[in-house]
Amino acid sequence: MDEVVIKKSNPWLTIWHRYRKNRLAMFGLILLIALILVALFAGVFLDYEQDVVHQDIIHKLQWPSAEHPFGTDKYGRDIMARVIWGARISLSVGFITVFLALFIGAIIGAVAGFYGGKVDNILMRIMDVFLAMPSTMLAIAVVSALGTDMINLLIALAIARIPQFARIVRSAILSVKGMDFVEAARSYGAKDKLIIFKHIIPNAIGPIIVQTTTNLANTILGVAGLSFIGLGIQPPTPEWGSMLSEAKEHMRYYPYLMISPGIAIILAVLAFNLIGDGLRDALDPRLKN
Amino acid sequence: MSQPLIETKDLCKYFKTPKGLLHAVDGVNLTIQKGETLGVVGESGCGKSTLGRVILRLIPHTSGQVMYDGKDFLALSKREMNVMRRKAQIIFQDPSSSLNPRMTVSEIIAEPIRVNHILHGSKEIEKRVKELMETVGLAYRFVNTYPHELDGGRRQRIGIARALAVNPEFIVCDEPVSALDVSIQAQILNLLMDLQDEMGLTYMFITHNLSVVKHISDEIAVMYLGQCVEKTSSDELFENPMHPYTQALLEAIPLATIEEKYRERNIIRGEVVSPVNPKPGCRFAPRCPYATDACGDPNLNLKEVTPGHWVACTRCGG
Amino acid sequence: MEKKKLLEIRNLHVQYKTDEAIVHAVNGVDLCVDEGETLGLVGETGAGKTTTALTIMGLLPERVGQVTEGELYLNGVDVIHAPEGQLKMMRGATASMIFQDPMTSLNPVIPVGDQILEVLELHKKDKMSHSEMEARVDQILEMVGIPAARKTEYPHQFSGGMKQRVVIAIALACEPLLLLADEPTTALDVTIQAQVLEMMRTLKKELNTAMVLITHDLGVVARICDRVGIMYAGEVVEIGTVEDIYTGEKHHPYTTGLFGAIPDLTKKTRRLNPIDGLMPDPTRLPSGCKFHDRCPHCMEICKTAPPQDITEGSHTIKCHLYDKEVQK
Repeated sequence: MDEVVIKKSNPWLTIWHRYRKNRLAMFGLILLIALILVALFAGVFLDYEQDVVHQDIIHKLQWPSAEHPFGTDKYGRDIMARVIWGARISLSVGFITVFLALFIGAIIGAVAGFYGGKVDNILMRIMDVFLAMPSTMLAIAVVSALGTDMINLLIALAIARIPQFARIVRSAILSVKGMDFVEAARSYGAKDKLIIFKHIIPNAIGPIIVQTTTNLANTILGVAGLSFIGLGIQPPTPEWGSMLSEAKEHMRYYPYLMISPGIAIILAVLAFNLIGDGLRDALDPRLKN
Repeated sequence: MSQPLIETKDLCKYFKTPKGLLHAVDGVNLTIQKGETLGVVGESGCGKSTLGRVILRLIPHTSGQVMYDGKDFLALSKREMNVMRRKAQIIFQDPSSSLNPRMTVSEIIAEPIRVNHILHGSKEIEKRVKELMETVGLAYRFVNTYPHELDGGRRQRIGIARALAVNPEFIVCDEPVSALDVSIQAQILNLLMDLQDEMGLTYMFITHNLSVVKHISDEIAVMYLGQCVEKTSSDELFENPMHPYTQALLEAIPLATIEEKYRERNIIRGEVVSPVNPKPGCRFAPRCPYATDACGDPNLNLKEVTPGHWVACTRCGG
Repeated sequence: MEKKKLLEIRNLHVQYKTDEAIVHAVNGVDLCVDEGETLGLVGETGAGKTTTALTIMGLLPERVGQVTEGELYLNGVDVIHAPEGQLKMMRGATASMIFQDPMTSLNPVIPVGDQILEVLELHKKDKMSHSEMEARVDQILEMVGIPAARKTEYPHQFSGGMKQRVVIAIALACEPLLLLADEPTTALDVTIQAQVLEMMRTLKKELNTAMVLITHDLGVVARICDRVGIMYAGEVVEIGTVEDIYTGEKHHPYTTGLFGAIPDLTKKTRRLNPIDGLMPDPTRLPSGCKFHDRCPHCMEICKTAPPQDITEGSHTIKCHLYDKEVQK
């Protein structure tokens, strides 16, 4: 320890070093980056009108071939193009809903956790009411009430996830709030704002990050599920869940229709889950060294 | 006698629990003279840590007063409080949980200076941090390390430097050496005593360990279940303990000697219970070897048995 | 009459291997414990006390902790090379261990009586009937000062001191020859600590169990030990009877330092005399005597040559100060 000199070691860098040691987590990260790159550059290689939604009935239901590596669907559209484009939809729906839910949930949870007492009680009981309803049912209710379009879908999914984030942020804050260093900051007169942003949030962020990544995986599944039962993304927009839904009528004779969107969902969910697990381990100070 | 720096008057702190009111601090009257150290001793659950926090206004009190230099500290407005905060600081038991793990040593020590606008400009603050690190015996090369990279003794030095950063007059030391190894304990205790001599600090030294408090304290108050049962000067307490609980505490300390007279000792029976809805009278009576019916007297208060020696026991001086 | 040696450790070296470094936790420990004897192992954090105890139990963390050198015989069994199955039968029956924190050593969802019964069933199934075991549970609880009627209660219904008594009851249920107690009273309040220590003293006399008591508290050792070993940086720097350590004239400078650091209640002094500096980093131990950079009597030879054990009767000190060859 003696050669520890006036050099700063960044705690985030040590977390990254620990994360990097976890091979599965690194695999998840690479997978996610690849998916994001595919989604970002889909527009460069593909023309939405021409390649993704243009129907070509003559070439319908073709098995995978050199020209159509994943085959074509019942309208003769190239499945590979649709799966690639679908990454845009699924990932962006996932990210937007989760960050929306995180933002609102974090504010509710932070206020409840930091101030406690009555405020905490009222906010948390409201959250309990939402938690009591199955999240898919809640989303179905919102979508059927407001109508099926992308924005409503986002709202529906986000509302269903707010309570989870509020709970996790609240408990993270409660666990840090009792620490002596928060009391020390109070004793030298630090204001609430400084205590929340400098002392509590940086130390409570670990479980929140983990919850976010696992929630991303669940949301992608949720979107796919809602689309599968016809309440999510509407055709002809390519979305993995709705592609599965369309494919189910032909799955007996043309199983390849289901395989590629199915694998896409699995890969995305796997990537997020692996990253979540890796982050959980990397952020746990007890696993240091 | 001059005016004490700290004086508590019938200070009470009750917590609501599902089983009833927990009398954590129950009518405590203490005084601490400027530049002196009051040791507050008791076992877990006697309310000593709560007392320290109530005095510093870190948790709200239920009733009573804390006079700080003649002013009622607990009745100060928020603005007056901001000024007074700086005068009273706290050092915690566990140096690993009392330091923010995401801040470096210099950030930790500098924060109180910034928050209270004591110094302006990074250069001056940096200089002051260096000075404080020197004062507490922390090598300057650790300035940019994180607390978890240091050992317990060094971490506790950071905690002390942070408390000193706002130039306080009064420091509550809440078990500052209990988590440390013996040889490090002695180093930290000596440091605290040196700081007191140099800066004229006033300490309230909370501990469960009577042997630690002997050397550093001028006065000692022994607490049992939220009440002060005996208070007197440190030397007097060790030479002539009067309350049966104080006697039991002293008997219980395992001494590092094998002389027979220290090896065979009387051991007190029973355990500390929690002071929820306590019965009137002496709270130690259920464990006390000398308990009589008189111990149920609800008006049992501290009495000055000999000059400067206050005891709350029916056997003494009543 | 020579007493039978129950535990024999010779030149034990234990390392922990992590990704970054090798931690030299135990560096050449020699220890003996006779039947029925109580040995106190005293030292600060990182002295290697707990590692020594874990090695005796064959409980070193797998892969990470390794015995690199030395021999260890417990009741004639070569613990280092014994198969795991044999060690399992040994733990609890020949030797058992109790830890500092009673809260984490007990299973919160099993009544305490059943937890004691579990150990008996594991080791004494062939020798005792079920009713005999039940009777034994009652007996052992009474022995540690808990009314047998409380055996159906769960750990959370007991106070800290009572929990530690339960832990001791579990450890003693099968009448082990050796009890390893790792800071058994450190987490307890002083008055409760005194009660538990008193109970351990009585039990020791009644059961004639040998004990290794690991602690940082020289006061606790003075109350119940026959012999004391002082550990520093993975070595036993001084070992002898309590009389040698507490009233003897010659001491290792570290022992002197440890005693100086304890506030003495029988004398009036204001300042304490701590040992300067810190315990060395176990990944990079100093050359020569491991204490030399903190030692007030450091000589040239201390910086290069590791000191040998100097024995006088029952008292052994590992220090160049007492080496006649060096002093010439």
